Amino acid sequence: MKETTDFYASSSDDVAEGAVYTAMGGGDWADIAAEQAERGDETLVINMGPQHPSTHGVLRLMVECNGETVTSIRPGIGFLHTGIEKNMEYRSWTQGTTFVTRMDYVAPIFNEVAYCLAVERLLGIEDKIPQRANDIRVLMMELCRIASHLVAVGTGGMEIGALTVMTIGFREREMILDFFEAVTGLRMNHAYIRPGGVANDLPETGIAQLRDVINWLDKHLPEYAAFCNENPIFKGRMCGIGYQDLSACFALGVTGPVLRSAGYGWDLRKQQPYCGYETYDFDVITWDTCDAYGRFRVRLDEMWESLKIVKQCADRLEASTGEPVMIDDPKIAWPAQLALGPDGQGNSNEHIKHIMGESMEALIHHFKLVTEGFRVPAGQAYVPIEGPKGELACHVVSDGGTHPYRVHMRDPGFNHLQSVPIQCEGGMLADIVVAIGSLDPVMGGVDR
Amino acid sequence: MSDSDALLPESGPAPAAQAAPVRQGMWSTGTGDTSGYGGVRRTVEWPAPATAPYGSWFDDALARLSGLVNDAFYKVVVDHGELTVYVARERIVEVMANLRDDAHLRFEFCASVSGVHYPDELGSELHVVYHLQSMTHNRRIRIETTCAETDPHVPSVVATYPAADWHERETWDMFGIIFDGHPHLTRILMPDDWAGHPQRKDYPLGGIPIEYKGAVVPPVDSRRSY
Repeated sequence: MKETTDFYASSSDDVAEGAVYTAMGGGDWADIAAEQAERGDETLVINMGPQHPSTHGVLRLMVECNGETVTSIRPGIGFLHTGIEKNMEYRSWTQGTTFVTRMDYVAPIFNEVAYCLAVERLLGIEDKIPQRANDIRVLMMELCRIASHLVAVGTGGMEIGALTVMTIGFREREMILDFFEAVTGLRMNHAYIRPGGVANDLPETGIAQLRDVINWLDKHLPEYAAFCNENPIFKGRMCGIGYQDLSACFALGVTGPVLRSAGYGWDLRKQQPYCGYETYDFDVITWDTCDAYGRFRVRLDEMWESLKIVKQCADRLEASTGEPVMIDDPKIAWPAQLALGPDGQGNSNEHIKHIMGESMEALIHHFKLVTEGFRVPAGQAYVPIEGPKGELACHVVSDGGTHPYRVHMRDPGFNHLQSVPIQCEGGMLADIVVAIGSLDPVMGGVDR
Repeated sequence: MSDSDALLPESGPAPAAQAAPVRQGMWSTGTGDTSGYGGVRRTVEWPAPATAPYGSWFDDALARLSGLVNDAFYKVVVDHGELTVYVARERIVEVMANLRDDAHLRFEFCASVSGVHYPDELGSELHVVYHLQSMTHNRRIRIETTCAETDPHVPSVVATYPAADWHERETWDMFGIIFDGHPHLTRILMPDDWAGHPQRKDYPLGGIPIEYKGAVVPPVDSRRSY
C-alpha cells in the first residue's frame, strides 16, 4: 500500500503546475508538442542512432520527416571519441602507430602510413626508406584498400537487403586479413608500419600466401559485378540516391570515391605520389552519375586496380627477398630484428642473445631507444595520402622531444558526414542508409 | 571583436619561435653522459622564418597574395618543402577568400582546420592551422593564425570554405577557440555539457595508477618524461 511516487516530479512544495518533462537543452515537451500542433503538418522528428545497425557504428542522425520525405537531417558524431590524439602526446613516436591504427579500424594500414610519412618528413628521412619497405607498404595499403572497399560494398549491400554481397564481401576480406595476420601478427590494429620502415619482413611463406590471396580475389571479385551491376533491385535502390555534384564535393571537402563518382579523377596516388606509387601501373576510376550507384561502381573497379598494384608488388617483393625493411640508421630503427613468435610479435632470439649475453652497449642502446625513443626535430608536417575513403592526412607537430607535440588526423569520413544533409534532404527516409553507406564513414576515424 | 583586437599583438612577434625554448630531461643525446643524471638542457630550435626567395612556386604565389591582401601575413616558414604563412587573425577571412577566388592561387579545397596549443607563447598561445589544397595547380599551403588564451577569438572561414564547419567546431571543442561568425559553434566530439577543452596542454590526460604484482605503474601523464 505504498504511495506512488513520481520520481520525476519535484519533491518540494513549490511544484510548477503540471508535470515538467525536460528535453535535452532544457526544453519543455509541452511547448514542443504545442509547437508541433500549431504547425499542423505531418512532420515527424526521428532520432536515428547512435545504436542503429545501419548507421555504420555509432552515428546519430536527427531527422525531420514530412510523411516519408526527409525535410531536415543533422548528423551527430562524437560517440566513439576516444581521445587518441591527446593520448599520443604522452607516448613515444613509435608508440604513436599503435594509436593511429585504431582510428579508422577498417583501413588501419592507411592511418599508420600517413602518420609514419609525416614523422619521416620531420625526421628528414623520406629518401632513406628502403625500397623493400616502400614496396611492402604499398602492398599492405592496396590489400587494405580492397578489404575496406569490400566492407563498404558489403555492408552497403546488406543495408538494402542484398545480404549475399555482405557474406561474400566478408569472406574475401577474411582472406586478406589472414594474410595480414601472417605478416603482422594481427588481423587489425597492426602497428606494423613504423617510422623508418616496417616492423618486420614478410614471413618465409609470405609470397606464396600472397599469391593464394591474389588467385582467390581474381576468382571471386567478378561475383560482385555479376550480382549487383545490372541487378534491377540494386540499381533501383542506388541510382540517383545521395546525389552530390562536383561543386558540392569541393565545397564540403569531399574526396575519394565520392569525388570520383562525380567525374573528377583526383587521386593522390597519381597527383602527389608517395611510397613510390608513380612507379606502379594503374588507372584512376571515375564515374559520372554523382550518386550511390556510381560510388559502388568506382569502388568495385578500384578493387581491380588495387589488385593490379598488388600483383606488381608481389613480383617486386619476390625479387627483393632479403633486402632490409627498416632504415639503416640505428638512432631511429628499432634495435631488434622483430620476428613473429608463436604468440604474435616478438624480438628475435638472436637479438635477445646479443643484448643479454654479448654487448652491454647494445643493451643500453636497446633500452634507451625503446623506453625513451628517438627525438624528432621541431617543426610541423602535413602528409596526405589517398585512403580508401578519400584524403587521409596526418598533421604532426614536434617540439623536438621524444613525444609528438600534437597529432591531428584529417579523416575523410569526418568531412564526408558533413555532406549527409545535402545528399539526403528532399529524399526518402529509406534512402538515408543508402546515402550514408555510399559515403562509407567509419566512426572510429571520424571521432578519433 | 573590436575590443578584443587590442589584445592581439600587432603582426605578432614571430610566434612559433618560442614555443618550448628549453627542454630539460634526465637523458642525453649527443653527449657522453649516459648516467641519467646529467640534467640535460636542450634548446628547441623551431624552423626559422624564411626570407625571399622561397623557392619553388612559393615566390610567385606569395607575391600574388601579397598584392591582393596587402601584407596580411607577417611571417613565412618554408620547412620540409611545405609552405606555412602566418596571417593576422583579423585578416584571415579576407586572405582565405582571396586564396580561393584568385585564379593564380585557386586553393579551392580546404582539407583541414585544427588547433595547436603553445602555452609558452605568451599572447598567442592558441594557433589555428588551415591546410588548403589547390587542385587546379596541384599545390598545398598551410595558413596559420594565432590568438591569446585570454581572448580566444578567430573569425570563422565557413562562409568561404563550408568544409571548415565541423573542423572549426572540433577546434572549438578541443581547444576552446571561438570562431566568430560560425553558424553553429557547438561541441562536436565531447558531450554538450562537458567542461574544459581537452586538447589544451594544461588539461590533464587523466588515468589512475595500476598495481600489478606488487609494483605500481603510474598513469601515463605522470610517468618520467624525457
